[in-house]
Amino acid sequence: MKISFTEEKLDNLFKNAAEARRLIIETVHHANAGHIGGPMSAVDVLVNLYFSEMNIDPEHPLAENRDRFVLSKGHSAIGLYSVLALRGYFPVEELKTFDALNSRLQAHPDMNALPGLDMSTGSLGMGISAAVGMALGAKLQNKDFRTYCMIGDGESQEGQVWEAADVASKYKLDNLVAILDYNKLQQFGWDGKGESRETPVIDPEKRWESFGWHVISIDGHNPAEITAAFSTARELSGKPTIIIANTIKGKGVSFMENAYLWHSRVPTDAELKLAVQELKVEEMR
Amino acid sequence: MKKTQLAEKTAMRDVFGETLLNLSLEDEKVYALDGDLANSTKVDTVASHNPEKFLQMGIAEQNMMSVAAGLATTGLQPWATTFAAFLSKRAIDQIQVQIAQPNLNVKMVGAYSGLLTGLTGKTHQALEDIAIFRTLANMVVLAPADSVEVKKMMEAAHRYNGPVYMRLARDPYPVIFGDDYQFEIGKAVLLREGTDVTIISTGTQTSRSLEAADQLEWEGVSVSVVHMPTIKPLDKQAIIEAAEKTGAIVTTEEHSIYGGLGSAVAEVLVEEKPVPMLRVGVKDRNSESGPNEEMLEKYEISSRYIVKAAKEVLKKK
Repeated sequence: MKISFTEEKLDNLFKNAAEARRLIIETVHHANAGHIGGPMSAVDVLVNLYFSEMNIDPEHPLAENRDRFVLSKGHSAIGLYSVLALRGYFPVEELKTFDALNSRLQAHPDMNALPGLDMSTGSLGMGISAAVGMALGAKLQNKDFRTYCMIGDGESQEGQVWEAADVASKYKLDNLVAILDYNKLQQFGWDGKGESRETPVIDPEKRWESFGWHVISIDGHNPAEITAAFSTARELSGKPTIIIANTIKGKGVSFMENAYLWHSRVPTDAELKLAVQELKVEEMR
Repeated sequence: MKKTQLAEKTAMRDVFGETLLNLSLEDEKVYALDGDLANSTKVDTVASHNPEKFLQMGIAEQNMMSVAAGLATTGLQPWATTFAAFLSKRAIDQIQVQIAQPNLNVKMVGAYSGLLTGLTGKTHQALEDIAIFRTLANMVVLAPADSVEVKKMMEAAHRYNGPVYMRLARDPYPVIFGDDYQFEIGKAVLLREGTDVTIISTGTQTSRSLEAADQLEWEGVSVSVVHMPTIKPLDKQAIIEAAEKTGAIVTTEEHSIYGGLGSAVAEVLVEEKPVPMLRVGVKDRNSESGPNEEMLEKYEISSRYIVKAAKEVLKKK
């Protein structure tokens, strides 16, 4: 496997991810609403997609042959918006409109509101199926764009995820890459006691493999591993690929990590200050 | 007195399969999606004669509708077909979030709608589909009366860029329209003019309404019959004109009396031109499996019940 990336590129990915994390926390604080834990676990993969892996052009967000991305775990919208803003899809300043009336940055992604969002999501389990439709549409029309879709581990409790897994495999969609943001926490918890540390989806590798997918497991916060996994997926044929990105919910801010309460909590002014300080250190890496 | 002459019966689903085959041959963008009911819905015609345009999505309606949305974003025109019961109830969240809200060009065909679904019983009947689809913004809701209209409607839906839901009946129905019939989305069709009462019907109840009108004329009641093939967007003007002209309305549909055509017409009348009105549809109860004629009687939607409602509404004038 040949991996072509430089130290400089890795540095940029780190910096953009730290910057995106800061924007997530500041935006949720400003809007007084939104999710933090999931976007923070997802953001390294999102940065990698938009700054490295995908064939996209922020100047032409509806270009016919662009690569597609579907955020099936739509409640991580602010993670995606932060990355899109940094990538130049819209001014970073616009993040302040998140969740406001008439904003293009809806609580959950609305494809008609903001060019660059390839599918509307929010009700879980659906995005992966729409991504299957996009990849199938590319195959049927001999188009060479690729389709990427991020799903959540809590979301994997939705039966529709497995309906989609079945059909993607049936149609041999090797132009489709799913990424499981495997942060092992969900809103209230699989054990129903509110303090769950049990993973919402057991043995995702075995499950996806048995559905006929290529499975690659990585550290979902390591830009080199993420880049390598996407490169490997490009070389695999005959089957769709899923990247199991092992992540930490709330990654990047010590007191938010692995704390399910930060699924959708708004930071206080003091917490915001502390978090931003920690992320500055992260950015220096 | 003009007696309605109805030609022999043909099955909507046969014409549906043939028309979708033709559309798929004429337009490279058209694809048929099946939830493994192709030989019931007759979308198997596409599978047999244009297999490249037939996509088997398996018994997974939620995934099928989301896949259809994804296909539409790549420029294709998917026609997703399964029983109306599963489309309108099992996959409605997917349809709302990923098809109706984004206004995507997906055509949804609900086969086996209404009460008469070939002895399959209440799990396979759809008596709520009009009500459900009609509440979705951007959605066009269609219910053809015969096989000629099925073809014309599908051609209109194919030309229209946006989500369309169309409900079909399983069994053969009398042919009402000639080949020169012009269907337009959102336009009612005046089938018969009278002065005492107007029957406004949709889908399969239109041929039963014409039977009822014959009976009423024989009994000396002058009846208008307005066929309402588009439930959304609704032809409000036709309803107001009917109310002004005859001063009494009966609505009828092979659907629940709640939320369907009757409710839609009542909404218009109450706001624009209140006149006495009665609804003929399936009342607030669960149904069952049984032979067609017996089902129509037990659930009070046969032409006899339309006649009865027309006579009752006249007393309220």
